[in-house]
Amino acid sequence: MSLLATTDSSLLERAPLLLRDGLTGFLPGPARWAANGLIKIVALLAVFGLLFAFLTLVERKVLGRVQNRPGPNRTGWFGLLQPFADGIKMLTKEDIVPHAADPVLHFLAPVAVIAFSFLTFAVIPYGRLLLPVDMDASILFFFAASSATELSIFMAGWSSHNKYALFAAMRALAQLISYELPLLLSVVPVVLAAGALSTAGVVAAQSGWKWGFLPHWHVFTPWGAAAFAIFMVSSLAESNRSPFDLPEAESELIAGHLTEYSGFKYALFFMAEYFGMCALSGMAVTLFLGGWHAPLPQLEFVPSYVWFSVKLLALLSGFIWVRATMPRLRIDQLTRLAWKFLVPLAIINLGTAAFWSLSLPWAGPLQLLRWAVSLALVIVPFLLLGRRLSAGLGARVYRYA
Amino acid sequence: MNAVLATIALATIGTAVVAMSRRNLLHSVLLLTVCWAGVAAFYLWAGAEFVAFAQILVYVGAISMAVLFAVLLTRHSRDDVAAPPASRSRALYAILAGAAVAGVLIAAVARAPLAAAPAPAPTVTVRQLGDQLMGAHAASLLAVAVLLTVALIGAVVLAAIGPPEKPGDPP
Repeated sequence: MSLLATTDSSLLERAPLLLRDGLTGFLPGPARWAANGLIKIVALLAVFGLLFAFLTLVERKVLGRVQNRPGPNRTGWFGLLQPFADGIKMLTKEDIVPHAADPVLHFLAPVAVIAFSFLTFAVIPYGRLLLPVDMDASILFFFAASSATELSIFMAGWSSHNKYALFAAMRALAQLISYELPLLLSVVPVVLAAGALSTAGVVAAQSGWKWGFLPHWHVFTPWGAAAFAIFMVSSLAESNRSPFDLPEAESELIAGHLTEYSGFKYALFFMAEYFGMCALSGMAVTLFLGGWHAPLPQLEFVPSYVWFSVKLLALLSGFIWVRATMPRLRIDQLTRLAWKFLVPLAIINLGTAAFWSLSLPWAGPLQLLRWAVSLALVIVPFLLLGRRLSAGLGARVYRYA
Repeated sequence: MNAVLATIALATIGTAVVAMSRRNLLHSVLLLTVCWAGVAAFYLWAGAEFVAFAQILVYVGAISMAVLFAVLLTRHSRDDVAAPPASRSRALYAILAGAAVAGVLIAAVARAPLAAAPAPAPTVTVRQLGDQLMGAHAASLLAVAVLLTVALIGAVVLAAIGPPEKPGDPP
């Protein structure tokens, strides 16, 4: 607690709150409350809007370098103004609604998708003092809001009155529903270990260091590492990122459920996808990487929101790296991976986490046994299931090519 | 506070009524989803956060999907989703069934002992809820779990019946 008190008083840590109070301090009670809420929303929109803009630029640059080409480099210095040029292009493009489309649903789908994906940002703790909405069941809120985006994908696919759009929406839904299961199952051990369903409680459970240098982050336990891996693979699929970007596989389905969308509505879908990716990465940081906690006690003078941003950006660059490296899966491989591999592993991992928290009082040589059993519970099912998954599926023989 | 409740109730009942009057089956399903979200809003108004989010996760996220898939997979063409106008006798049966359900519900509400004075809202944390579910109500939780598992296995058995795989088929 004394640690908290010393860093709590640091000026940089409180800077965002001081700035907010300076803006709204003169208002009376209820108006001040409303203004503070509005400031939170505007700040989240501005920060993640800009992050979205520059993430697209970074992605195009990195993909370009990986594929041995320069990437966008004509607009501004090193192409830095490219996102704004794209934004202006999107805003001024004609908005085409197909003649046979369902006009209301066609309009509502992008609105719903952006609203639901933006809601998820409300419960992520960005810093020691920066949690927009503190709720008792905020992890549940996060997944409830993100599961509602599936409905808008269906609305987009169906209302377009286009067979490719509908077909792709069904495929997208099959993928999202399949991967929601391992995603949720990988979060359950964290809730079990932290004893809290609120993001603030999970972050608080990861404070402190073992032997003065090893942080108590969940990723440094056997079950935490396994759950983190399952969570990241599932969030790749949930945010329609390569290698799971089948829903809008350009070569097979034109542009998936976005076929009949143009202009700013298309940009909104695109934005929602990146918002979803940022929110899932933020959740991964919160659940497994210690949230806003510093990795070492000596580094605590750096404000907590800086640590959160560093971890978030590291995960996001991981997403981009995976996209540059991995080929796309087939739909049957995709669902097989989810149901035959990730779901059983996640369920076994729940048992590992239960064993880990039951053996918490073990000390001395028993501590070694605890690690050995937990690691075996993670590694043995992984190897066995992995062997089974690829059994009888040798390298493909191309007879006519 | 009552204005908020009235708005939620109006939205919930209104979307349900409009959902019933739509010819297009998919519009009805989507409106019904809004109705379920309205029920979640009511739980939130009543201070039951956990139940509200669970309602959204299960009904808006999952059950609506099940209904939409069922509608799309059982219709042959997309113009088929518009239901034909019902006959007069069918309307009569519908009104009779609705009146019977409404009668049972109204009788139950009328007989329930409602406190005259507003009771202070209890604040239940998720931890207390979990303790209750795992302790006092563990048996009912297990019964529900067994029921859902049986339903899931039944669905898999129904879906898995197909032509046997030939050895030459691509994996």
